[in-house]
Amino acid sequence: MTRLTRLFQRPLDPAELLIRGVHVLDPRAGLDEECDVLVRRGVVAEIGPAGSLSAPDGGEALDGSGKHAFPGLVDPHVHLRTPGQEYKENLETGTAAAAAGGFCALIAMPNTAPVVDEAPILTSLCDTARREARVPVGFLASITRGLAGTELTEMAALRDAGALGFTDDGRPVSSAGMLRKALQYQRLCGGVIALHEEDPDLSANGVMHEGTVSARLGLAGIPSISESTMVARDAAIARYEDARMHFQHLSCVESVAALAAAKAAGARVSGEACPHHLTLTHEVVRTLDSRFKMNPPLRGEEDRRALVDALRSGVIDCVATDHAPHARHEKEVPFEQAPMGTTGLETAFSVLYTDLVLSGELELGILIERMTAGMALYDLATPRIAPGEPANLCIVDLGARWQVGQNGYESRSENSCFHGRTLRGRVIMTIAAGRIAFRARMLAAAAAHARGAIA
Amino acid sequence: MTGRHLISIDDVDRAGIERILNRAESFAEVSGREIKKVPVLRGRTVVNLFYEASTRTSSSFELAAKRLSADVVSVRAAGSSIDKGESLKDTIQTLSAYDPAAIVIRSPHVGAARLVAGWCDAAVINAGDGKHEHPTQALLDVYTLRRALGSLDGLNIWIVGDVVHSRVARSNILAFGRMGATVTVSGPPTLIPRGIEALGCAVQPTIDRLGEADVVYVLRMQHERMHESFIPSLREYAARYQISAARLAPRQLLMHPGPVNRGVELSADAIDSPQALIGAQVKAGVAVRMAVLYELLAGTPALAAVA
Repeated sequence: MTRLTRLFQRPLDPAELLIRGVHVLDPRAGLDEECDVLVRRGVVAEIGPAGSLSAPDGGEALDGSGKHAFPGLVDPHVHLRTPGQEYKENLETGTAAAAAGGFCALIAMPNTAPVVDEAPILTSLCDTARREARVPVGFLASITRGLAGTELTEMAALRDAGALGFTDDGRPVSSAGMLRKALQYQRLCGGVIALHEEDPDLSANGVMHEGTVSARLGLAGIPSISESTMVARDAAIARYEDARMHFQHLSCVESVAALAAAKAAGARVSGEACPHHLTLTHEVVRTLDSRFKMNPPLRGEEDRRALVDALRSGVIDCVATDHAPHARHEKEVPFEQAPMGTTGLETAFSVLYTDLVLSGELELGILIERMTAGMALYDLATPRIAPGEPANLCIVDLGARWQVGQNGYESRSENSCFHGRTLRGRVIMTIAAGRIAFRARMLAAAAAHARGAIA
Repeated sequence: MTGRHLISIDDVDRAGIERILNRAESFAEVSGREIKKVPVLRGRTVVNLFYEASTRTSSSFELAAKRLSADVVSVRAAGSSIDKGESLKDTIQTLSAYDPAAIVIRSPHVGAARLVAGWCDAAVINAGDGKHEHPTQALLDVYTLRRALGSLDGLNIWIVGDVVHSRVARSNILAFGRMGATVTVSGPPTLIPRGIEALGCAVQPTIDRLGEADVVYVLRMQHERMHESFIPSLREYAARYQISAARLAPRQLLMHPGPVNRGVELSADAIDSPQALIGAQVKAGVAVRMAVLYELLAGTPALAAVA
């Protein structure tokens, strides 16, 4: 049997680079100190005490003093809108946004137009990624045809074509019987089943969290139990079938409790939380700014705190952005008419660093662990800064302040719920799978200048 | 008024409400004259943009603007380019070309008026945005009560019925509270939104203690709520929550924003009872909306000089 590649990217020259005197923080590698990091042919060749290593022949030397190097961040939940909705985002712009945010690997959702529900669509998408993606991208296929919830996709054929797993994200799998069949079929084909949990009977036509703010605004509410009852139901089915299940974008205290209970009972389940749910609450919806409209919705402070606690304890395994680009004309409408979703790739680290780490709610080391844990959930390698590993790392200036959106976005869309916020901590370089995928404009200019000086 | 728009009752403090209502008293006097016009907005344009059916709100805004001598353009969704799929933003940009001094907007969508305020230079008046707010209704209700009782301070006001779907309820809870009244909402628990207490009202699932109310403000009960299973039947709703003359004490006043469903939320004898202020509410609409237009467009010179 041939070994399948499940991440796809555009071929770029491998990096030849020395990063001098950078503070390397990689909790899994046990590193938290100033080092020189030498990257040769895209691989971490050597890590030595600061000042001990010299630049490779013909390679670049970067002064890392005062900066941090983290393992490359990974995002197991993004919408890259390809195929079919390239006016919102494409693989080039979506992965450029990812690289600017420090991400070195992404997993894209299949709720595109058409839906990724047949092997030829996935094959074509992988080819597009080989041409356009700046950082490696993997793909989930849908669980049911057309996300309709009534017929299983050809899961085995989709796995052979490269699918990392399956999800109907954007919609729940309402039928417990349909979900059970997908979990049984997983024994044949493998691949994680990832779920958007929402009972549509309970969420109905809701557009925001049900609570004091929805009562004030007269907006239809999405109760937290519309999510948590489905988490509890599906965790029970996963346990019964001994299946591997991942819960996407958990948003409320009851879901955290359901996930913790399922894990304690031995179910093979995992969960993710999004930067916006970890830092914002429904209070911001009082502005009626459609950038704050997402599904699941921003919830109460008690929910937010429960998510942070769960992220800290590991009940929630990883951070995922649910990067959901929408065109300006789609969001420039009354709140109820706007589509759900916020972009997230370019702001995720800075928002969580500013609002959780600097406020003392979460340790930096734990944040880095949770922002790099998502690939392992899909049986892919976790980025590590260690000799012999492919170079997957980001360099961050934790002291930098920047205003979100001030210089535009790498993403094709501008619907960031953090637009206008001043944040701390800025990614200045991202190396993904051994290739330099992003460098801040200032650094890019300096590098060009250095090359010019050498030539 | 804190800003140049009236989008929410939160845009006006108690002093602002009192200033508007005092001015409305003077305008009510204008409405009693043979020639019901004052020249304060001569040469200025008021656009009424109604995305939802409305009789009393649209006609009273139109009359109010005309009595202030403004040029009035009324645009309704049906038969306009809105019907052809034009976005709200494009409609506002089109209407802005006429340089209106004010845009009055009624929309089925929460926040529409606020969006419009961000897209044009006109003063924007919210004539109802989805289930969010209807601030001029609240002002005319406060005006009506003030005329009937002198003041709202210390009053006990019950708002009864379908609170969850009511923009009038939201604006009125806030406005009555701001004017010193204590507000209780009552209705079937399926029609009381979770978290409504945060607006500063108490919640009663039954009308057993309705006798405590000085004023009973009844909301419109829409027939389709039955099909959505908010209530099992109109008969059961009427049995539990209909306000009839028998359920009202002689000292209690009765209000309703209209249009009334006779025999559903109100019985005919209650509508026709001497305690009912429903007609006075409608009548107050023109004077109060004149005062709002004046407040936003004509600044704050003493009204007596003009009227």
